[in-house]
Amino acid sequence: MSDLTLDHWILMPIVLPALMAPAIVLAMRHDLVLQRVFSIAATFALLGIAIDLTFQAAGGPPQLYELGNWDAPFGIVMVLDRLSALMVLLTAILAVGVVLYATTSGWDKRGRHFHALFQFQLMGINGAFLTGDIFNLFVFFEVLLIASYGLMLHGGGAKRARAGLQYVAVNLMGSTLFLFAVGTLYGVTGTLNMADLAIQVSRVPASDQALLQIAGVLLLIVFAVKAALVPIQFWLPGAYANAPGPVAALFAIMTKVGAYAILRVYTLVFGGGAGDAAWLAADWLMPAAIVTLAVGMIGVLGASGMIRQVCFAVIGSMGTLMIAIALFTPEATVAALYYLIHSTFAAAALFLIADLVVARRGADGDRLRTAPRFPQSGLLAGFFFAGAIGMAGMPPLSGFLGKLLVLDAAMSSPSMALIWTVVLTTSLICIVGFARSGSTLFWKSAQVGLPQVGDTAAEEDASPVPPPAPSTMTMAEGLPFAAAGLMLAGMVALSAFAGPITDYLEGTAWQLYNPVAYIQAVLGPDAFTGQ
Amino acid sequence: MELLVASAVGAMTASGLYLVLRARTFPVIVGLAMLSYAVNVFLFATGRLAIDLPPVISDTAEAYTDPLPQALVLTAIVISFGMTAVIVVLALRAYLESGTDEIDTAAGECEAGQPNADTSHAAEGAEAGR
Repeated sequence: MSDLTLDHWILMPIVLPALMAPAIVLAMRHDLVLQRVFSIAATFALLGIAIDLTFQAAGGPPQLYELGNWDAPFGIVMVLDRLSALMVLLTAILAVGVVLYATTSGWDKRGRHFHALFQFQLMGINGAFLTGDIFNLFVFFEVLLIASYGLMLHGGGAKRARAGLQYVAVNLMGSTLFLFAVGTLYGVTGTLNMADLAIQVSRVPASDQALLQIAGVLLLIVFAVKAALVPIQFWLPGAYANAPGPVAALFAIMTKVGAYAILRVYTLVFGGGAGDAAWLAADWLMPAAIVTLAVGMIGVLGASGMIRQVCFAVIGSMGTLMIAIALFTPEATVAALYYLIHSTFAAAALFLIADLVVARRGADGDRLRTAPRFPQSGLLAGFFFAGAIGMAGMPPLSGFLGKLLVLDAAMSSPSMALIWTVVLTTSLICIVGFARSGSTLFWKSAQVGLPQVGDTAAEEDASPVPPPAPSTMTMAEGLPFAAAGLMLAGMVALSAFAGPITDYLEGTAWQLYNPVAYIQAVLGPDAFTGQ
Repeated sequence: MELLVASAVGAMTASGLYLVLRARTFPVIVGLAMLSYAVNVFLFATGRLAIDLPPVISDTAEAYTDPLPQALVLTAIVISFGMTAVIVVLALRAYLESGTDEIDTAAGECEAGQPNADTSHAAEGAEAGR
């Protein structure tokens, strides 16, 4: 590979989908087969690039890409460190599963431009992970949000349009707040480059401290909207439950964009070197995270439908993740990142499984009540069981290890007793919630329609009796299962390779809590002496 | 001048917030537009207010105003304009498909339970309108 390609390699996760999306819209809009081929090929190529970038990031200091060759802090920069490489890789793995599922299940036929919007969404997500400039982060947030509006409405329908309206309104409010926060931050520090902010924040005079901290907390609210933290979690169940199944699975990474932004900004800019504003987020984040976990898991218990149940499980898992982030120690961050990877796979797997179930139940949809048995209910029950075990955090899947790491990291915290109580109690609530829905959907429903069943309420629903489930699947039916199985396999791999992965994460946490290398990579070796 | 700009931002934000909290889509959209105006003026002021100063280098200039906020405002205007267009189209579509423009009838509730009396009533109204 030539030096020129190497120099621009960091930009590829943004450029590839950014070129692919318009190509799909302009050249292939009448041919679904071409769209599918190119979209899948581009997603696999993205996976390859992400793997390569992760190896690069693991082997050295943070790498810098200056757009237009303008030096930081004057130009916009992209930075590849271990954290951003990890997030890009996670996005690529998730994207492969989602695009395979959307293609094989026929979701991409139900409306126009699915693949183009999907590629734009990947561009926005990857850009948000790679950028080193806070206003550029805003721009990439908007790119991924605009694509997500289109994807959420894919397939149409009144309910989806109304849920989409709420989703767009909430996110527009979030964008406005983001601009207020960025404007205040610029007014106080005179820079928008994150590495430069890290230096300037420590030099803010005492008279401007109040403004600076207001900007910091406003920014935290913006990221909390994205991460669905209490008290701004209310938009998530409506939006995700009404989105198409594969889109909801892709949205599993969207809440993590908020988590990533919190981790990045509040370790780099408002981290240990920020003077009076150091560790600004910790005091606010911890209570919000604990309540989020409780609200999410109680929602799992009370949800009326299978998809909404998964939505609340996503909120709960964000709570667990945020507890680990809010501790702001290297050990806790390792736990947070491990749990972040795990909960992305778990949520995506459950959304895809729920979509498979809903597609087979017909009029009963995702409602938690007994209904006639449907084809492949045994296999789906197994998948759901595995996904629910992962989400609830029971062994042997990675959720157990993730929660164990979080609990272990909380040992040294002053609020250890509270964290342990809430995490363990909500795990139990989550298990009960998923056990209830699993037994209703698969176990009790398996009896419905068989002649010896005497349950009158169920028999009303049971007519006419469907044909017995075929024991073998065709190839076309099997492929969506393979895509959902890929997400479950992700959890299995995460527990099987927990050792090497936590090694990588320890290096990531070390980089986050020693930001000197990051700042020097962006601003040059004499960043701290200059100005 | 600072007082004028600050009170304009404050007034627009306050009225925008009030409108966003209304129950129908039209005031909400107008409120979001008001908020985006407020934030644009606010961003413009973050480089400090200055009169008769050029933002780009010139030989005759004695001092400069900060050019960066002007670039930020341009970006923010383009994005908020596009977003407002999206939400207007979306609100129209939601209204035409569901027959009501109330923003917070929880979509999940209609889905989970019995058909919502409120929605069916509103749908009748929409049909009568046609």
